[in-house]
Amino acid sequence: MSALQFRQLRSRRRQAAADGQQGLVQSADWKRPSVRWGLGGTQTALLVLLVIIGLGPILWLAKAAVTPTQDTLSNPMAIFPHGVDWNNISNAWNEVDIGLYIWNTVVIAFGSWLCQIVVATTGAFALSVLRPKWGRVITGALLTTLFVPAVVLLVPLYLEVVHPPVINHSFVNSYWAIWLPAGASAFNVIIMKRFFDNLPREIFEAARIDGAGPFRLFVSIVLPMSKPILGVVSIFAVLASWKDFLWPLLVLSNPSKQPVSVRLPTIAGQTDLGVFLAAMLIACLVPIVGFLIFQRSFLRGTGLSGALKG
Amino acid sequence: MEPALTTPGVAGLRRVRPSRRTPFSWVGNGGLSRLLFLLPLLLVFGAFSWYPIVRLVLISFQHTNEVITTWVGFQNFSEVLHDPLFPIALRNTAEFAGLALLFGYPIPLVAAVLMSEVRKRRGLYAALAYLPVVIPPVVAVLLWKTFYAGGPSGVFNTILGWFGIPPQQWIQSIGQAMPSLVLESTWANAGATVIIYLAALTSVNPELYEAASVDGAGLWKKIWHVTLPQMRTVLLVTMILQIIGTAQVFLEPYLFTSGGPDNATMTILLLIYNYAFGNSLGASYGEAAALSLMLVAFLAVFSLIYLRATRSWSDE
Repeated sequence: MSALQFRQLRSRRRQAAADGQQGLVQSADWKRPSVRWGLGGTQTALLVLLVIIGLGPILWLAKAAVTPTQDTLSNPMAIFPHGVDWNNISNAWNEVDIGLYIWNTVVIAFGSWLCQIVVATTGAFALSVLRPKWGRVITGALLTTLFVPAVVLLVPLYLEVVHPPVINHSFVNSYWAIWLPAGASAFNVIIMKRFFDNLPREIFEAARIDGAGPFRLFVSIVLPMSKPILGVVSIFAVLASWKDFLWPLLVLSNPSKQPVSVRLPTIAGQTDLGVFLAAMLIACLVPIVGFLIFQRSFLRGTGLSGALKG
Repeated sequence: MEPALTTPGVAGLRRVRPSRRTPFSWVGNGGLSRLLFLLPLLLVFGAFSWYPIVRLVLISFQHTNEVITTWVGFQNFSEVLHDPLFPIALRNTAEFAGLALLFGYPIPLVAAVLMSEVRKRRGLYAALAYLPVVIPPVVAVLLWKTFYAGGPSGVFNTILGWFGIPPQQWIQSIGQAMPSLVLESTWANAGATVIIYLAALTSVNPELYEAASVDGAGLWKKIWHVTLPQMRTVLLVTMILQIIGTAQVFLEPYLFTSGGPDNATMTILLLIYNYAFGNSLGASYGEAAALSLMLVAFLAVFSLIYLRATRSWSDE
């Protein structure tokens, strides 16, 4: 969906809301007691369910993170039967060293994000605006990779990282082994290209007449106009990297370089439950806070992913 | 791909081509800058997407131990097909996908339809539904593993106890392990589906509802005759995305049960992992590649439907 379509849609909906016909149930219907009580009641029930299901497990984790392990083990649903144990948090920070793994996750996410953004913006710019003769072939080759889920490439990618073909140096335990493959996301390039395709060509033309070369066009015109799509791609790049588990597990065998998702399962068996739950809570905080800040972009981007056009 | 005809080309960016092409004129025509802009894409996709795809096909016909490589024809494929674990993994993956559709397909739809009619604080509903999606999957699985603790003082067993239901074995029981995995996976993923449905619901043209009302259609008739037909493409898309996703299920069986108890949660991807990395006696990359290739062939069918569906949808 282009920015323009999006705006039209929004204004149409605002108009409809003003007329009192927002959707399935109209304002006139809302005034009827049966609708008001039936639908209103169902919606309240849904809200209660959403709080229990969506928020409940996280609240439990927050509670258990500061509860003595014995209490969590013997009566997990009681709320602080024998007081609060703040030591879990400090132990998770100092002994489990959860801060280091979160930092590693941040470094991995940042590099993966940068690599994805560079590849997607420059590639999409070339394919959409500069249009080389073999652009169609490249786009076709990109689309083909959409058919191959990343996980099935684990074996060839792993062999390539252990014994790179040209460079005679193993990339095991190097973050480059995660950053560079992250850039190969056809999804990013394609949604970016779609966005560039919908930018008004007249502006490029005017810039060219004013003497702007391709680099100038890219940096001063295309990138600033692409903030919405850059935001969406960035959020998903960071989120995907934060969630990744299997690939970092394979290529980062050195514990002090591992991200939080790889480290947590390893320490699960040998850590006191209360401390472990505290470590998990700390690991959740960054994505939850990020979500609360960028909520709109998260939700809009997810809605968009159902509408990706191949 | 839409044909390039639909958007006017930037004729001005490419100057009139000179009669003779020399390296010098190529640079002058912007060939160099085109190449420079394409370079990151070509290098990264070449090294980490296109080359590994070709190599995957090659490895599936080889025996390789990182140093010595021999060609073995279709031996890897026949070894996988004759592995007694293969039909088990296939059945379990199908069971996971089927259960995930059963749990995770209708519930988000009902929730999204209800939420689309919320007048105040719809954002709060959406945020609550989406919250589990932002929890890192590893944390979600490890947290649920604590919830699934088998004794009478496990979290879920305590809650069941409130209603007088005896403690369950959850992931330690052959019969309950797979549904337990699906339950966690649904919790972790349903929020994204809800948001996709919500986006589709709010883009249904309000005039259609108005017209239906004028014709005297009640709430259920409007859902059946307006909402669902308008949503059919997005319903197809989410179903396919879900099948593609669940066919690759790995994290849940790997972290919850390692494929146990008694291979009750052994899935295709876990089998691939075990072939390649889980065997202490030596990796059989060939078999892992062969099974990966079969998975790709299977999923390609669904990817094709997905690309078709999304294209016709946005062209409407």
